[in-house]
Amino acid sequence: MKDSNQLDGLAIEANGLVKTFKDNKAVDGIDLRVEAGTIYGILGPNGAGKTTTINMLATLMKPDAGEAKIFGYDVFKQPQIVRSLIGVTGQYASVDENLTATENLVIFARLLGLSRSAAKAKAADLLEEFGLTEAASRPLAKFSGGMRRRLDLAASLIAQPPLIFLDEPTTGLDPRTRNQMWATIRRMVKTGSTILLTTQYLDEADQLADRIAVIDHGRVVAEDTPDNLKISIGKESLMIKLKNKDEASVAIRVMKEFLGITARMIADDSINAPLETPDQAADVLTNLRAKSISIVEINLQKPTLDEVFLTLTGEAA
Amino acid sequence: MTTATLPISTLPVNGKIGLRQTIRNTLTMAYRALLKIKHTPDQLVDVLLQPILFTLMFTFIFGGAISGSIENYLPLLIPGILVQTIVSASLTTGVQLREDMEKGVFNRFKSLPMARIAPLAGALITDFVRYGIATSITFAMGFLLGYRPEAGALWVIAAGLLAMLSAWCVSWIFAFLGMIMRTAQSVQGVSFLILMPLTFMSNAFVPVETMPGFMQTIVRFNPVSHLVTAIRDMTNTGQIGPDFWLTLAGMAVIVLIFAPLTVNVYKRQA
Repeated sequence: MKDSNQLDGLAIEANGLVKTFKDNKAVDGIDLRVEAGTIYGILGPNGAGKTTTINMLATLMKPDAGEAKIFGYDVFKQPQIVRSLIGVTGQYASVDENLTATENLVIFARLLGLSRSAAKAKAADLLEEFGLTEAASRPLAKFSGGMRRRLDLAASLIAQPPLIFLDEPTTGLDPRTRNQMWATIRRMVKTGSTILLTTQYLDEADQLADRIAVIDHGRVVAEDTPDNLKISIGKESLMIKLKNKDEASVAIRVMKEFLGITARMIADDSINAPLETPDQAADVLTNLRAKSISIVEINLQKPTLDEVFLTLTGEAA
Repeated sequence: MTTATLPISTLPVNGKIGLRQTIRNTLTMAYRALLKIKHTPDQLVDVLLQPILFTLMFTFIFGGAISGSIENYLPLLIPGILVQTIVSASLTTGVQLREDMEKGVFNRFKSLPMARIAPLAGALITDFVRYGIATSITFAMGFLLGYRPEAGALWVIAAGLLAMLSAWCVSWIFAFLGMIMRTAQSVQGVSFLILMPLTFMSNAFVPVETMPGFMQTIVRFNPVSHLVTAIRDMTNTGQIGPDFWLTLAGMAVIVLIFAPLTVNVYKRQA
């Protein structure tokens, strides 16, 4: 038996996880290695297998093949030990709609073994911390989406688990509430927790994660730090619409020769040029002007999940 | 971060769940079910209204035809209504269990290091509140209409407890249906199809002697008939007859079959 103080090294180690629903391979051989004390992002479109992966790691679902360890404990052979090391915040509010915020937290705390008074104190603390004190005795049916997510997150922190799963923590939230969630998640990791989060937004993974696994069709298609991933796909890109579509191939050649940029056609008359820095945009335009290539429209774009997938898998998300 | 979310779990990391924790978790889940009743009291509509409605309907429609007068019918009818009400109250167990398990909160229960059986066991315990309400209202309605059980109040209480215990045993059947069926609606539908013949093909409302031979056979084998007779014996004559023991035996058989089945399916899903 390990001492709980020695929870270092790898928080998650998964090899070859497979899960098939009828004839749909939701997860098709996923490997993950997550260092303790980091935020790890799983990035992918709807249906890529993100939630299924989390469900298997969180003991909610048995895989058809593969193995996984949480802090060295086998997820499928020692599920009860693993459950005492994790907190799960699901994509759909895993709190009780009919009860008040306080009642929800007290019940989870009691189930985790806290005494009646300790459970009440813990609930009050967490509600305060997540700015929900005023709504404490309101039934959840009257909560906004953001409040519900915050309560959900609070419920995952009752036992102060060393590993927390967050399944799409900000999907469906407005930008302001999303920023609050991000701040909360960053605070959590400062105190030493490891976080595995899934997201559909490159921006979110970039903001929060130390490492990102991009998954598609149940497979990891890329795994790296956000910076390296962005370098591989270009940080930003310049969309150029040409006046004369016959000049497109010339324009692409010019960018390759003078600037080393590999641009590609995205329509008959439009080119997408990935940039290292926004400064390069000026160079591109100057070079095109020097060749007398006329432009009708330009647009500086941040890479989207779509482009990540286009670059990594060769097909749209 | 004022409360210092430490990186180290406050839970003992041993993965074993003993009897004490199982009981504590079960009581917490029972408390949760009570809170749900408190916040949405409309889920008690069936146990509040059904005994009132059915007692009135059956008394005034069938009383004269079956027993010659209302006063003569009540000692026959009230135990019948009680059993029907309480068995249909136990049906709700399965429906609510299914509804509960479809909600996101069940995923959290499954991810907590708690006794797997607690959500099921807790719900079944809290159902005693429902059965208690149904029993009290049925006897109260009977009293209002002029029913005076000859055996006295203590026998009525004892009969009520027998009815509640039986409802709990029968609720395992519906809990099992709740586990194996996909939606709350289908649980409701199938349970109702079981419930109707079970309560009507019995001696609950009509004397057995008036039925054709094959039906008499069915009625005599129906455990509901034995429960009804046992309750009539207790409330009307203050006796514990063979039907009391047959009822207990029948209920024990139901629990012995359906409790392990239900727990098994539940554990595989949870």
